[in-house]
Amino acid sequence: MNKVYNNRAWWLILPMLLLVAFSAVIPLMTVVNYSVQDVFDANTRFFTGTEWFKEMLNDPALQSAVLRQFAFSLTVLAIEVPLGIGIALIMPKKGWQASAVLILVTMPLLIPWNVVGSIWQIFTRGDIGLMGWGLRELGYGYNITASPVDAWATIILMDVWHWTPLIALLCYSGLRSIPDAYYQAARIDRASKWAVFRYIQLPKLTNVLVIGVLLRFMHSFMIYAEPFVLTGGGPGSSTTFLSQSLTTMAIGQQDLGPSAAFSLIYFLIILLVTWVFYTAIMNMQKDDNNKEA
Amino acid sequence: MAEITLKSLAHTYLPEPQSPEDYAIREMNHVWHQGGAYALLGPSGCGKSTLLNIISGLLEPSSGDVLFDGEVVNSLPPEARNIAQVFQFPVIYDTMTVYDNLAFPLRNVRTPEARVHERVMEVADVLELTAQLKRKAKNLTADEKQKVSMGRGLVREDVSAILFDEPLTVIDPQLKWKLRRKLKEIHQRFEITMVYVTHDQLEASTFADKIAVMYEGQVVQFGTPRELFETPNHTFVGYFIGSPGMNFLDVTTRDERVMAGDTQLTVGKNVHDAVANARSTNIKLGIRPEFIEVHAEPVEGGMQARVEHSQDLGTYSIVYLMLGGIALKARIEEDQKTPSGKAWLRFPDERIGLYVDEFRVEIDHE
Repeated sequence: MNKVYNNRAWWLILPMLLLVAFSAVIPLMTVVNYSVQDVFDANTRFFTGTEWFKEMLNDPALQSAVLRQFAFSLTVLAIEVPLGIGIALIMPKKGWQASAVLILVTMPLLIPWNVVGSIWQIFTRGDIGLMGWGLRELGYGYNITASPVDAWATIILMDVWHWTPLIALLCYSGLRSIPDAYYQAARIDRASKWAVFRYIQLPKLTNVLVIGVLLRFMHSFMIYAEPFVLTGGGPGSSTTFLSQSLTTMAIGQQDLGPSAAFSLIYFLIILLVTWVFYTAIMNMQKDDNNKEA
Repeated sequence: MAEITLKSLAHTYLPEPQSPEDYAIREMNHVWHQGGAYALLGPSGCGKSTLLNIISGLLEPSSGDVLFDGEVVNSLPPEARNIAQVFQFPVIYDTMTVYDNLAFPLRNVRTPEARVHERVMEVADVLELTAQLKRKAKNLTADEKQKVSMGRGLVREDVSAILFDEPLTVIDPQLKWKLRRKLKEIHQRFEITMVYVTHDQLEASTFADKIAVMYEGQVVQFGTPRELFETPNHTFVGYFIGSPGMNFLDVTTRDERVMAGDTQLTVGKNVHDAVANARSTNIKLGIRPEFIEVHAEPVEGGMQARVEHSQDLGTYSIVYLMLGGIALKARIEEDQKTPSGKAWLRFPDERIGLYVDEFRVEIDHE
């Protein structure tokens, strides 16, 4: 085949370049722009360099929000992943029951964030909410506006209710793709139920679980509407997560410079964690390949 | 060690079977003797895999019994049957090493680790997997994987039979014969009953001492490769075994002659009598392409045929002939002269098979 050299072909990447510029680069650069300046009005601005970044990194309120955020994300992951796998394992595999259960499980995923928050807000009220009223009747002084423990437990419960179905659905599809021969061979090899799970089902779920964990991590790390509606970040700042801190700063206080710097740090944390997680998983698999090479 | 007996066994996947066609396995009786190497040969969908799964216990038969050494095992699950099965696609435990894969069935029944090691090393040696023992099973080639899944069957000391469900489907052609030879070797060494399901007659006849040919849920013939070739019991066996398959001619008798349509066949008197005595409208004469005598010159008793074309396959050629309105195939060895245009055919009487309602009827050659 003859290769034709024609540098005009470079023009062909122009549409893509424009698309990426408008969808990602330009919006991001405005944030970068604000993060290194102090803007007073349309004509007055000062270059501040890394000042906002330093300020943000040293802000104790934000530091604790970051820790709170990590605690929250890791807790929901630790509950949702095993629970999701468990649900997927006991979901019926065929017949009308399979479809019925599938719809039931999917339901929470279809509810908008704000609505989830509102539902739980009412659900947990001491006077008219089933859960709030029920717990009080049972003698527990449940109150999410006064007790940080109650507020935390409720938010985690809410997130587990809302998002475990995602993990369950991913795992369910992963489990469905395992050929019957694997289960048959395992029976013939006299494998216990646990061994079937450990050596057949779990390895085959690795790929969907990587996607599930990544999605859930990113999602939960950015959680905003649900706790905002449910607790408003309280009591005190015990359920104030990163997005809410950021919104307060950017919209409430109009601190555009610090918020821009903070946004970038926020973005980089998510990027870093997902990259580390993904690389670690991929390396685990790659090592296997190298061993026998 | 086990002798596997199938007693009036039948199986259907439908809840309310109406006709014989609804059965994946039609009622059958069969015995696989201890230590034999058997093949179950048939086209796709004839019920061979169903039969295999019934023997291993993955399926429970709709009716009839499976007996191991005279004991009914119908309701025993596969794990209680002392049987190993190798599937079409290699089943290996991805995350384990080859060693752990082979040790898995033993560890599941809490065999002492020293004994596990001994067995795994022995089996790995036989299968030539010793060098791969430390590797992750996931990264093996298809034939190595298939050896591992076979090894998991061999490693168990209580295994009395190994069932193979088209185990060479995913193996490269040049490795197939190697694995087949390995299977044979293992069979001789371990004296285990082996049942090998395949749709490839070459695979079946190189592996097995005796072949059961299945067709529409029935075993239509059980015999040595030679028997299947020379005296097929059923027209299907004739078609299916041999390359190309047997020629079948619909025949009747008219005025003391055997007629295939409007063509008169030159055959011996006993063949004529046998055809005349058959009480059916479905009478066929079968003759293998190898046994048709093809002459380039007129011979005594030769039937004149037209040569359509011929196919040279190196060591032999296949000649496509028209005898009257009937298409025939004949196989000619390379040292023989290939006729062109016209040819004269003779059917040796002792090579002709008579099939009444598709089943073979012996011709009295006195």
